[in-house]
Amino acid sequence: MSRVGVCVWTLALVGLLSGVAIADSSEILNVSYDPTRELYQEFNTAFTEHWKATTGKDITVRQSHGGAGKQARAVIDGLEADVVTLALAYDIDAISERAGLMPADWQGRLPNNSCPYTSTIVFLVRKGNPKGIRDWDDLVKPGVAVITPNPKTSGGARWNFLAAWGYALRKWNNDEAKASEFVAQLFKNVPVLDTGARGSTNTFLQGIGDVFISWENEALLAVNKLGKSEYEIVIPSISILAEPPVTVIDKNVDRHGTREVAQAYIEYLYSEEGQRICGKYYYRPSNPEVTKEFTNQFPPVEMLKIDESFGGWHAAQERHFADGGTFDKIYQP
Amino acid sequence: MSVPFLRKRQSIIPGFGLTMGFTLAYLGLVVLIPLSTLYLKTASMDGQALWHTITSQRAIAAYKLSFGASAVAACINTVCGLLVAWVLVRYYFPGKALVDALVDLPFALPTAVAGISLTSIYSAQGWVGRLFAPFDMKIAYTRVGITIALTFIGLPFVVRTLQPVLRDLDPEVEEAASSLGATRWQTFVRVLVPTVLPATLTGFALAFARALGEYGSVVFIAGNMPLRTEIAPLLIMTRLEEYDYKGATALAVFMLSVSFLLLFGINMLQRWSRRHQEVGG
Repeated sequence: MSRVGVCVWTLALVGLLSGVAIADSSEILNVSYDPTRELYQEFNTAFTEHWKATTGKDITVRQSHGGAGKQARAVIDGLEADVVTLALAYDIDAISERAGLMPADWQGRLPNNSCPYTSTIVFLVRKGNPKGIRDWDDLVKPGVAVITPNPKTSGGARWNFLAAWGYALRKWNNDEAKASEFVAQLFKNVPVLDTGARGSTNTFLQGIGDVFISWENEALLAVNKLGKSEYEIVIPSISILAEPPVTVIDKNVDRHGTREVAQAYIEYLYSEEGQRICGKYYYRPSNPEVTKEFTNQFPPVEMLKIDESFGGWHAAQERHFADGGTFDKIYQP
Repeated sequence: MSVPFLRKRQSIIPGFGLTMGFTLAYLGLVVLIPLSTLYLKTASMDGQALWHTITSQRAIAAYKLSFGASAVAACINTVCGLLVAWVLVRYYFPGKALVDALVDLPFALPTAVAGISLTSIYSAQGWVGRLFAPFDMKIAYTRVGITIALTFIGLPFVVRTLQPVLRDLDPEVEEAASSLGATRWQTFVRVLVPTVLPATLTGFALAFARALGEYGSVVFIAGNMPLRTEIAPLLIMTRLEEYDYKGATALAVFMLSVSFLLLFGINMLQRWSRRHQEVGG
């Protein structure tokens, strides 16, 4: 009897705890990736006020941050996100495919591929640029130590890898063997492969490496917050348009009764105020009018697009980052 | 000596049914159910893919590193932890309570914080790393760095396991040995070591097991280069990032099985040494 009794009690306790976790409709959860902490902190306050002013209702936006892949897995495994704002479409696709929480064509539901803000990949170098880094070519020179996270574990690093790959293809007229050689050479110059973007930032700030391949928003944050006297940003001749998309998780908002507010939340990212906040936290706004206010911050860069140059995320993922893909081959002895 | 106990089915202590029932239910819920899902997930993989996953060159390099560095760290901790526990039990000095509390810090510190602080100390620009840099010796981002991180997180396990045993060890026993003509070395080898050996083995096993599973602090100091400084838990995380749940669980199951065998072996060794000690003493 005791065994059964204990089981019953424990199960009851577990049930009680999970009951507590169910959110009510005056609250939404935004599951996001690592470097958007500061952005969403301010945006959530702005949205809460906007929502109160237009509907008279109170809303609390809760935030969760972490590596994009880990966050997507959490949602697949049952984290009750109303909205996801992740680093790349591939991870949101995974939520649609593996958990079926929203339709596969989610990315067409909002303007600009569902990306209210974009970013790109730039180089962060030490003051005075002692190794004379100007472009991707300089990263494969002997004696240059390059810092980038591991593309297998970091969404941001996949953009880094693809930007380098795109540059090499352009340089050698789409010769893929040459491109493979180029990225292999580049990764030979990487002394530390951190698991995430923040880990790499930390490594670079420790004094390891000559150049850090980074999100533009992270690089601007590092330069503006940590001191213009220590780091400089170098813009390569070609980079990639990094598109971190947003979407409502249909099945979750319908269950929570939060569809209306969740939809308004992501649409507000496209509003003028939302766009201005994106720009303030160093993301390139999608609205051309607002972009004009930030011309000094965002110099023009030629940016490759994932769909046009790489056949979309699925193709890129299979080809380069899956088990046995281009990236794994670099490290095969 | 445990044989009579086994034969005697009815213990005189009441409440066996209740407590045993609780024990089984608790272990089942907390340990067995989560672990059995691991095995079930792996069982759904076909044999060849499973074999390929757990015997790939990268996986083997990662196991070697994980088991090797964990064993070295646990050995360092066993020796140094014994010394720390000895000092804390046998001597009185100002600030002893503070030192005693310090031992627990690696328990409490979030592992990422430990990893980042160790990295900043041992990197070529750090306080300690700087001293070694002129001799071309790197600590952070090498296997040495990994071992240091694993030593850091494992220390409390050895100290806290040994302290009560050393406290129970009456100094009079050593005095008796000495008055019976034993040299200091003999006292140490014949009297002290046999007494603390079982607890030392437990401490070693705990520190070793903790080090095997450690992820948070190591990824910061490891450098994470495939085949060289990539630990097995990181390889598992990499699989998860590819949404390859089966591959991840296969690696985890392999690690778990080997760890279980090793820990079981240590446990047997400990039993043997305890029995040996009781027979001898």
